[in-house]
Amino acid sequence: MKNKSLVSINDFSKEEHLRVLEVAREFEKKPVQTILQDYVVASLFFEPSTRTRLSFESAVNRLGGKIIGFSEAGNTSVKKGESLRDTILTIANYSDLIVMRNPVEGSARFASEISPVPIINAGDGANQHPTQTLLDLYSIMKTQGTLDKLNIAFVGDLKYGRTVHSLVIALCNYNTTFHLVSPTELKLPSSVKMHIKEKNLTYYQYTDMEEVIPQADILYMTRIQRERFSDPLEYERIKNSYNLHNHMILDTKENFKVLHPLPRVNEIDINVDSSPKAYYFEQALNGVYVRQALMALILGLR
Amino acid sequence: MSEKIKELKVSAIENGTVIDHIPSTAVFQVIRILKLDSFDNMVLFATNLESKKYGTKGLIKVSNKFFKPEELNKIALVAPHASIIEIRDFQVSSKKVVEIPEQVTGIVKCFNPNCVTNHEQINTRFSVIEKEDLRLKCHFCEKITRRSNIEFK
Repeated sequence: MKNKSLVSINDFSKEEHLRVLEVAREFEKKPVQTILQDYVVASLFFEPSTRTRLSFESAVNRLGGKIIGFSEAGNTSVKKGESLRDTILTIANYSDLIVMRNPVEGSARFASEISPVPIINAGDGANQHPTQTLLDLYSIMKTQGTLDKLNIAFVGDLKYGRTVHSLVIALCNYNTTFHLVSPTELKLPSSVKMHIKEKNLTYYQYTDMEEVIPQADILYMTRIQRERFSDPLEYERIKNSYNLHNHMILDTKENFKVLHPLPRVNEIDINVDSSPKAYYFEQALNGVYVRQALMALILGLR
Repeated sequence: MSEKIKELKVSAIENGTVIDHIPSTAVFQVIRILKLDSFDNMVLFATNLESKKYGTKGLIKVSNKFFKPEELNKIALVAPHASIIEIRDFQVSSKKVVEIPEQVTGIVKCFNPNCVTNHEQINTRFSVIEKEDLRLKCHFCEKITRRSNIEFK
């Protein structure tokens, strides 16, 4: 994986995904190290982000590395009309690795092809967000002890949610049974279902989430965004149909966990937070270990 | 003598290429793809001709020009059934059909307005994931452009 960019989840093979998870376990045991002390990581966030940016920066800091970059494009040369090409070529001179989030789709692929240093895609519009997928895989592995043959339920906006798309595609390597719960308007796109079909895996589609919960090992909740609906009444109706409350997860499997890429709005009630089955904040913490692992591997330090 | 040969005779070219069986709606796109609008030898074209097979069709004749297969395969995107007839000394020297290429570089615009290729100066690149009901997958944003929304750069 040395010097390899990570743009899309499929840029890495199944073996490489597993290697990242294995190294992440090492960092979970010992998150504070000095392996990055001679390295500069550029963190280029052309649009705001809380978790992704801060967990990358936390990952670098805990490994003794230096961070340069910006958290919004507003006060950079981008505002003066500088092209992405020029921005990347310049910043590659100042750093050993570039982490980039950019709302323009395909920008990370483009950057990876012109940059002399590796690029980690921290989200390119609605396209890809592979480090989220890796930390989701890590969270599933850690809570279930395996990635194989699990029943994984996805709930919410399956049409536009890029985290759902990438995770479904990655899970196709592990004989997953998919339970897809969404309003009819927000069903998983056929381009993603194609991957499930190619591997001859089973998927079920539902509009009601209650019947899925008892069968699931993992319940992956997502946020339904208001701007996806042309009719505000329709949004109000649907928004309230996917609210998870603690009483709904009392009779679940022993190993059952609730995941959410966050931020959440009201799809998980705060009364779920204290349940041992709620795992979304630990999931966000796992993001630090996975990003540490990824940077260490890409910089050839593992 | 078949009707086609007769038709070719009407304005026969001595040497060059005849592109036949172009959908009537795609003639101007083919002209653009092959850059015939800036070509300085004789170019004849016709559209809305009768065709037994397709109802109507278009036809282009280009003097003193023999195209490379990769140039011709580009037009398969808009004219999947086009035939390419090469004429040497007024005689048909070869006849073949176009093939849709595996990769399409530079000529097609990505349908996704938020794709980096529509924001930066970048050559577009697509892999052809379905030929019959044409679907092009953008190398950058990974979105699909279909035949019905193809636009050329």
